[in-house]
Amino acid sequence: MSFFARFAQNRGALIGLIILMTIILMALFAPFLYPDSPWRMVQRPFLAPMEVDGFLLGTDTMGRDVAAGIMHGAWVSLLIGLVSTAVALIIGVPLGAIAGYYGGLIDDGLMRFTEFFQTIPNFALAIVLVAIMQPSVTSIVLAIAIVSWPPVARLVRAEFMSLRHREYVEAARLVGQTNRTIILRQILPNTLSPIIVLASLMVATAILLESALSFLGLGDPNVMSWGYMIGAARTVIRQAWWLSFFPGLAILLTVLALNLVGEGLDDALNPKLSRER
Amino acid sequence: MLYARLILMRLLKAVVVLFMIVIFNFFLIQMAPGDPAAILAGEAGATDQEFLRQLRERFGLDQPLYVQLWRYVSGIAMLDFGYSYRQQMPVLDLILARLPATLLLTGTAFVLSLALGILAGSMAAARVKKPSGSIIMALALIFYATPLFWVALMAVVLFSVYLDWLPAYGMYTVGAGLDGFALVLDVAKHLVLPATTLALFFMAIYTRMTRASMLEASQQDYVKTARAKGLSPRVIQRRHILRNALLPIITLAGLQAGQMVGGAILTETVFAWPGIGRLMYEALMQRDYNLLLGIFFFSAALVIVFNIITDLVYRLADPRIKEGS
Repeated sequence: MSFFARFAQNRGALIGLIILMTIILMALFAPFLYPDSPWRMVQRPFLAPMEVDGFLLGTDTMGRDVAAGIMHGAWVSLLIGLVSTAVALIIGVPLGAIAGYYGGLIDDGLMRFTEFFQTIPNFALAIVLVAIMQPSVTSIVLAIAIVSWPPVARLVRAEFMSLRHREYVEAARLVGQTNRTIILRQILPNTLSPIIVLASLMVATAILLESALSFLGLGDPNVMSWGYMIGAARTVIRQAWWLSFFPGLAILLTVLALNLVGEGLDDALNPKLSRER
Repeated sequence: MLYARLILMRLLKAVVVLFMIVIFNFFLIQMAPGDPAAILAGEAGATDQEFLRQLRERFGLDQPLYVQLWRYVSGIAMLDFGYSYRQQMPVLDLILARLPATLLLTGTAFVLSLALGILAGSMAAARVKKPSGSIIMALALIFYATPLFWVALMAVVLFSVYLDWLPAYGMYTVGAGLDGFALVLDVAKHLVLPATTLALFFMAIYTRMTRASMLEASQQDYVKTARAKGLSPRVIQRRHILRNALLPIITLAGLQAGQMVGGAILTETVFAWPGIGRLMYEALMQRDYNLLLGIFFFSAALVIVFNIITDLVYRLADPRIKEGS
């Protein structure tokens, strides 16, 4: 069976993929459909959804278009989710690979270090980091990456430990390949599928984290994000529930879609395992 | 004896971790933009040069870095977390005053999510290929993907604003002057929404975990034996499968404790629950870094305590685990 056929067998994964595609399209077309800055005041404040033509989701406390904010926010959420996951992989994969390949004292030391980061409450650490570094896209990405790399390191370490004594690795060692080559060329390619599955789930968690940070007022003040929209509308929730409702729904759908796609990837990449479940 | 040594080892490890967090905090203050003295002062009266000079002297900021580090660490070893100039109170007093509310909230949410999660997960495991089982898992996935703060806000809209069933803010009715049973009831009423919304996400995790763990346990030989003996599926499910599936869930629950403290920051902010999560939000709004780092330290300490407790529970539940393993 081809990769996509296996993926498509999981109906949830297909639904997830469709939702995710829609959100990616929203992000791509936001500058064309809503060329104005989402921060611009365009109508009376507190318009309910569909009260006035052209303002499908109404306007916020300052008369900004909620629909424009959601479209532009899609871009920010996806970007921060992807980049922070990439940074977390850049930290976690080498650490896990070195710990798993060399073992012994190096492994012990690196795993203590990883454990330390796993003990600290994730969200509290992210808050402290962003607050100290001052809120910006860069500091948010860094903070999310710093709290999300430990599971990557653990996964890669476990994979390396199970692969490092395989015959093809021993063979590579016999023909005199260096440790570096063995790690990069022989073992790492064989650990890619679980890393890809984990990464897709990490993007989802990163988006949740970003929205929670922006909700608390730690978002980048220059970009419109879903979390910020909910946080800004919190005080007027009694008068205007829709200001919080739609951005939250957007977060929920994006995170849900990424989780479904992650499960589908798991089925497609590890066919043997998933059949047993 | 065995337990005494075990607890001692865990405490030692905890001290090491907390020590590292203190050092981490110290360097975070150094990293922050601007004058550390201004940060320690919560930027209050930062224009007053004389005040800043006094602060520098008092905190030893004119000393070399290692002397500063030593002062900071030994200060915290004596439970001196500094002073919150914004709130005009020592950081420790502020945190200790708010700690019980957080313990009540997270404790309730923990028990609630664990109980409901195990229940839902075992129901889903017993209905693997049936639609009812799939519906439970779909719901769990949705709860897992829902932002905590958003579901909290929506709960306020639905249950407090429209239905007017439950109070949306605070921990007691202000100015009601209740005591005894009436007070307990009042707090319980205020607790329902924050605890439930905090529990939802964790319930989803425990549901998925319980189901996976039970499906794995149901493949074991002793389950086949039990089936061959002719025991009813319900007895097998509860006595043989669930009991053995519980162990990994306890481990996971301990690991999730840290996330729950983090989640409490969001729920407490939405519901104005007077715990350390709300305090952290206030510290954040006022850029009160001293207080912020103090709360960060305490939240980590809370997680470590939680982890030690689950570790002990795990060993009680599974006597096969020997020390050292």
